[in-house]
Amino acid sequence: MPSRRDLLKATGGLVLATGGSWLASHAHGAVPNPPGLAPLPAGAVASGDLEALAGKLPLIKRSWRPPNYETPLSYFSEEITPNRAFFVRYHLAVIPEIAADKWSVTIGGDAAATPFELTLEQLKRDFPAIEVVAVNQCSGNRRGLFEPHVPGVEWGVGAMGNARWKGARLKDILAKAGLKKEALEIAFNGADGPVMPATPDFQKSIPVWKALDENTLVAYEMNGEPLPHWNGFPARIVVPGWTGTYWMKHVISISALSKPFDNFWVKSAYRIPIGKFPLIDHFGSQLTDANEPITEMVVNSLITNIEPGQQVPVGRPFEVKGIAWDGGRGIAGVDVSADGGRTWRSATLGADRGRFSFRSFSQSFTPTERGAMTVMARATNRAGSTQTMELILNPAGYHHNVVQRIAVNAA
Amino acid sequence: MKRLPLMLLLAAALAAGVVLAQERRLELKDGPGRDKVEANCASCHSLDYILGNSPFMNRGVWEAEVTKMIKAYGAPIADADAKEIADYLAKNYGQP
Repeated sequence: MPSRRDLLKATGGLVLATGGSWLASHAHGAVPNPPGLAPLPAGAVASGDLEALAGKLPLIKRSWRPPNYETPLSYFSEEITPNRAFFVRYHLAVIPEIAADKWSVTIGGDAAATPFELTLEQLKRDFPAIEVVAVNQCSGNRRGLFEPHVPGVEWGVGAMGNARWKGARLKDILAKAGLKKEALEIAFNGADGPVMPATPDFQKSIPVWKALDENTLVAYEMNGEPLPHWNGFPARIVVPGWTGTYWMKHVISISALSKPFDNFWVKSAYRIPIGKFPLIDHFGSQLTDANEPITEMVVNSLITNIEPGQQVPVGRPFEVKGIAWDGGRGIAGVDVSADGGRTWRSATLGADRGRFSFRSFSQSFTPTERGAMTVMARATNRAGSTQTMELILNPAGYHHNVVQRIAVNAA
Repeated sequence: MKRLPLMLLLAAALAAGVVLAQERRLELKDGPGRDKVEANCASCHSLDYILGNSPFMNRGVWEAEVTKMIKAYGAPIADADAKEIADYLAKNYGQP
């Protein structure tokens, strides 16, 4: 049921879309700060309205152009994120609508002996179809919760989603292109581009060993449906375990390179300081003395059913639920506390959909006396990495995996 | 004729309580330099980037952002305009 505020907003939208100017009374701040973490910048809360792109449910708008929209918290109570609620992230504002029968992807580069071109039909027909459930998370997810704040798209917790991706293995496609032994990186370009010719086109590369991983796909389906336009129709790269920056949408070229790819988005952007994060994967051909490309996701969790200030009855159990994920080692366990981290209990884990997927967890507590309680959850992966209590600062605001602290009231 | 589908679409959205995602004219705070911001920044991105990134940057950080737009992203902004833009952003959307 639309609330009065929704109606007000919709009415405002109607006036505006027919040529009116910005209304001062436009309803702001409908979306609260994510629970139990440092707050977003005030301006991000003020402009973070719920708005629906064509074919999408209302998502939290971070910017109109290029479109950046995050998934509201409520959708993370399920392990699979619905396509229509899946977050949207673009760097550049020229985004063509691609017709399936007009699309093709070229496979080439100086380290490919037999370049060729693939239509969507050929991509589906000529290679075994592989399915993998994997988290696609923006490198900058939770950037807006950095304290102190850092510039960029001020994401809350919803620049991520988990889907069942279906497509061809990139390694099978590269084999057909006659991948040479000197191949060092595989570069991708998508159909989207910049407004100004001088703006670097968004292109990315991954190390050849990651491209040859059996889980790395050129995907054409998401949760049993064609990819939504805003998530890369008709085909995108899927790099399970690694952050979304490598998951090129609307992919139109795949190039095997014998030298490190020289592009702003690889050389300068998406960099993390050396040695600050407990990560295993490194992008060896792109290291500098100071920094390296972001690679795998850090272990993380999100409590999905507890609101700050919530009342929990004394003497009756209440459940803490959420999801946990990492960069592909798999979740080993989630510890949950209701006393601010003094004592921890091992949560019950939900269905195992594979090591790249969200893993749900739950743990119940029974308050024994009235008063304030602090709910926390801390995931650990199979490599022994766990979430941090203190934010690991880095200039671009990546890898925020600070444990939430949500205050509730036993009454 | 042109108006009808739009009105129908909006009526449907209104009935569903959904706000369609469509860039709106964002009324930036009045002040010297606002015209330069609107003329330059909005060519490549909507102005809600400014609101979303406020109010935590000081003059130096805003200046670095404007420089990044010119040096890294190739924005064709004259030096004098760049200074005016950084001044405006620091004053109106900077650290209070």
